Amino acid sequence: MLKDRTLEDDYRSWRESHPPHNRDWDFTTLSGEEIAPLYSPLDIADESYTRDVGFPGQFPYTRGIYANMYRGRLWTMRQFAGFGTARDTNRRFHYLLSQGMTGLSVAFDNPTLMGVDSDDLRALGEVGRTGVAIDSLADMEVLFEGIPLDRVSTSMTINAPAAIVLAMYVAVGEKQGVPAGQLTGTLQNDILKEYIAQKEWIYPPRQGVKLVVDTIEYTAQHMPKYHPVSISGYHIREAGSTALQELAFTMADGLSYVDASLERGLDIDSFAPRLSYFWNSHIDFFEEIAKFRAARRLWARLLKEKYGAKNPRSWLMRFHTQTAGVSLTAQQPENNIVRTALEALAAVLGGTQSLHTNSMDEVLALPTEKAVEIALRTQQIIAYETGVVNTVDPLGGAYFVEAMTNRMEEGALEYFRRIEELGGVLVGIEAGFFQREIADAAFRYQRELEERRKVMVGVNDFVNDQPIDIPILKIDPEVEREQIRRLQELKRTRDNDRVDRTLAAVRDAAARDENVMPYLLESVRAYATIQEMSDAMKAVLGSYREPAFV
Amino acid sequence: MSEPRLRILMAKAGLDGHDRGVKVVARALRDAGMEVIYTGLHQTPEQVVRAAVDEDVDAIGLSILSGAHMTIFPRILELLREQEAEDIILFGGGTIPEDDLQELKRMGVAELFTPGAYTQEIVEWVRENVGEKAAGGSAAPS
Amino acid sequence: MVTETTEEAAARLVESLLKGNRRAAGRVISAIEDGGDAVEMLMRALYPHTGRASIVGITGPPGAGKSTVVDELIRVMRADGRAVAVLAVDPNSPFSGGAVLGDRVRMMRHATDPEVFIRSMGARGHLGGLALASHNALLALDAMGFSDLLAETVGVGQSELEVAGTADTTVVVVPPGLGDGVQAIKAGIMEIADIFVVNKADHPQADRVVADIRDVLRMDLKRPEWTPPIVKTVATAGEGLEDLWIRIRQHRRYLEESGELERRRRARLEQEIVEIAERRLREQVLRPRTATPEFRAMLTDVVERRMNPYEAAEQIVPKTAAAG
Ligand SMILES: Nc1nc2c(ncn2[C@@H]2O[C@H](COP(=O)(O)OP(=O)(O)OP(=O)(O)O)[C@@H](O)[C@H]2O)c(=O)[nH]1
Ligand SMILES: [Mg+2]
Repeated sequence: MLKDRTLEDDYRSWRESHPPHNRDWDFTTLSGEEIAPLYSPLDIADESYTRDVGFPGQFPYTRGIYANMYRGRLWTMRQFAGFGTARDTNRRFHYLLSQGMTGLSVAFDNPTLMGVDSDDLRALGEVGRTGVAIDSLADMEVLFEGIPLDRVSTSMTINAPAAIVLAMYVAVGEKQGVPAGQLTGTLQNDILKEYIAQKEWIYPPRQGVKLVVDTIEYTAQHMPKYHPVSISGYHIREAGSTALQELAFTMADGLSYVDASLERGLDIDSFAPRLSYFWNSHIDFFEEIAKFRAARRLWARLLKEKYGAKNPRSWLMRFHTQTAGVSLTAQQPENNIVRTALEALAAVLGGTQSLHTNSMDEVLALPTEKAVEIALRTQQIIAYETGVVNTVDPLGGAYFVEAMTNRMEEGALEYFRRIEELGGVLVGIEAGFFQREIADAAFRYQRELEERRKVMVGVNDFVNDQPIDIPILKIDPEVEREQIRRLQELKRTRDNDRVDRTLAAVRDAAARDENVMPYLLESVRAYATIQEMSDAMKAVLGSYREPAFV
Repeated sequence: MSEPRLRILMAKAGLDGHDRGVKVVARALRDAGMEVIYTGLHQTPEQVVRAAVDEDVDAIGLSILSGAHMTIFPRILELLREQEAEDIILFGGGTIPEDDLQELKRMGVAELFTPGAYTQEIVEWVRENVGEKAAGGSAAPS
Repeated sequence: MVTETTEEAAARLVESLLKGNRRAAGRVISAIEDGGDAVEMLMRALYPHTGRASIVGITGPPGAGKSTVVDELIRVMRADGRAVAVLAVDPNSPFSGGAVLGDRVRMMRHATDPEVFIRSMGARGHLGGLALASHNALLALDAMGFSDLLAETVGVGQSELEVAGTADTTVVVVPPGLGDGVQAIKAGIMEIADIFVVNKADHPQADRVVADIRDVLRMDLKRPEWTPPIVKTVATAGEGLEDLWIRIRQHRRYLEESGELERRRRARLEQEIVEIAERRLREQVLRPRTATPEFRAMLTDVVERRMNPYEAAEQIVPKTAAAG
């Protein structure tokens, strides 16, 4: 106590003799948080090292989930890829693996993400555009041709139809002779953030959560190495949220899945170790690092103290990170390489388990091979040249970083209280709470940009008039035609009676409120399409209509 | 009499869910005193054009980030012609490469805004291009 | 933008509307909203073709689920062969006078149905009031041949209550969990309800709201012939809407058979005529006499106590003139 008072006195006299002369600038984070000119031990006076920080690999895991972190194993360099037909994407996968990428990550096209077949009118112009087009198991077989699923882990970014795609993945494994229990990888399968931010939904929220719990239950029983949900802040942030909102809303979603799974009767330690997170790494360096560290501590505390999980693996917040797509600019796109590198560095210093670095041209279209390569090289430079991997959590103990970490955690707890008062996440979605919070934040930031209180280099300052000129990968319209041909051929040649029978079974299972996974697997094996299966469930579960929150 | 007000349909076509931009622009137009009618996500060209006709808007602002701009913009122009509504101005926004952008303008899309455009720039453009036309227009059906 | 056009142009526009041209209908409603002389010309052409459709007002507090109820009601009514036009009135406008009208978002699946017309209306500074503008817009859709008109309004302020007052049947949508229960919305809204919808019946407190409404209705002895029924719905799941449609038709039958429809419409038209005439008096008689330097001088006299307000009014409208 006595010593603290002395430090405070010292601080005050230092401050008085060195009054701050700030230039005319807004010293706030990207999210608008005030930042002090200096941080010192005074700012973390309430923090206890053992209670709040601790050693890596030990509760509350603020410094990292593993004791040895990147000295033991580097993060997985996992570039998200997918375009055109399954054949096109399969070729890109083989190329990336040959370049040293260590995990696959599948991007699906919009029709697939919405549970719409390539030959549906709504899919017109979108087949294979921003991801790979998958209509049935036949496409999935091609997608993973020559890729041993027992050795390569695969992340699949899909939500509303996630249960169907998981069933397809299991079925491809079967064809390769890999049993479900051997499959590794991650399904995004975070439907709540769809209603909140990304907005690719099919069923109403409650029914959407039911399907998520079906996959959690199924994998808990049959796929012990598989991660059924990747609770995602990425899209919440891309939709315009602040860093704190990303943290709080995402973790609130995560807790909702935990609650729903417990309600199903699952034991917390049977599924919690395989829940994982997916964060955005934006351009405000320290704010992001604090977010990652706070998330790790929060999750550990909640799972241990609130939910009483016994298995320490349930307490670990493992996460994938992607650099911020919205931080990229169409103007002077080469600058995006620099932005991405800094964001990737923040993710590494924040202790990520896997990382996707955006390509410089992603803001304009699908990335070219060259741009993807630079993005991957960026990770390799961080891993092998910069030396930041040599010690665990090199920023731990930094006054600023610890203070920001504490602030993030407190802010998230405050949001949790508000969400609880509202009646929980589902009610908050219905009432538009999250949507409005995010839209307000996005609007505020846009204002700040236009008033130049925040700068984006090349956009609202340091502008040059050079035309936007980088090579862009274009999708041949022939892709759509070919995909439709393949699909219609399939519909002619498969056993359609079997398809109908299995679809009816899916519908009945949904109506009985049973776990639909085994029934979907049967339908998938019969080569039913993604839309056929979605529609079968929609007939029972209903469909979601967007509330108008502008 | 009350002052005639610009009515703008803000529409989101395609199967993607990126509505950050369309909502920011909708708010900015509202703050500039316009009446904005929002369609919501995932609309087909047919839905967009029917909404524009029923609502008798002065312009449609279409946001597409799904890559389907070369399919959806021309289809909307075509439907507007079919409905004798080609006086409804079509503008839009999205990640649209330069050559596609030129091609769409040739087809009759009045203006396209790409990422990084200021909302104020869009508001000004609407005031000048849609406002003028609406003020000079006539109600008599052709 | 019909303001500059002639009587003929207005007649042509209406003719086109009567033939079912949606573009013309859209423009007629815009002209009605813009106000001015065009409205009278349009109404002259439209009025003989109106009076056939039934008008159902859907009102209730913000976020009660009105638009979702309307969307589902359209589905049920279409299955019953009705041609439905919707007017979604959203009077919320911030300081700028602009507005984002979002009700139709929930109804977009009907956007391509030729027998459905959906129109949004904001507040603006409607001359003669929002109620008159929205009612005239409904008449235009009536003339176009829609058998049933639905008008959604937020039941919070006086002007919205007036909009609801122009309907033949008023449906009040109440969500559960309204803090103080029904008391919160009792003032004004409860009296105008012909049918109550307790939406979000999937909510645990729905039954409490039903009981609360029942209590209020028990005390309401003014309506011996028609006791407003209470319909529970889960609009998001499409539940209870068939029941609501049955109740709406029952109310319609009651209105027709009891002569109440006739009485309501008569009373409403009387009020409308009086309002139009009053406005005219204000504009043609009062305004010229008060927008004068003499009036300003007289006002100063009143302020400085040299004259009282009655004497001043006497100068503008002498008692004999007012009486005769
Ligand atoms: N749980 C549940 N939610 C509902 C129900 N009906 C509507 N909602 C939700 O309530 C919210 C508001 O619905 P709207 O239909 O837009 O309500 P509104 O009364 O038209 O709202 P305003 O026009 O803004 O006043 C949306 O999120 C709907 O999904 C229901 O029956 N159950
Ligand atoms: Mg509404």
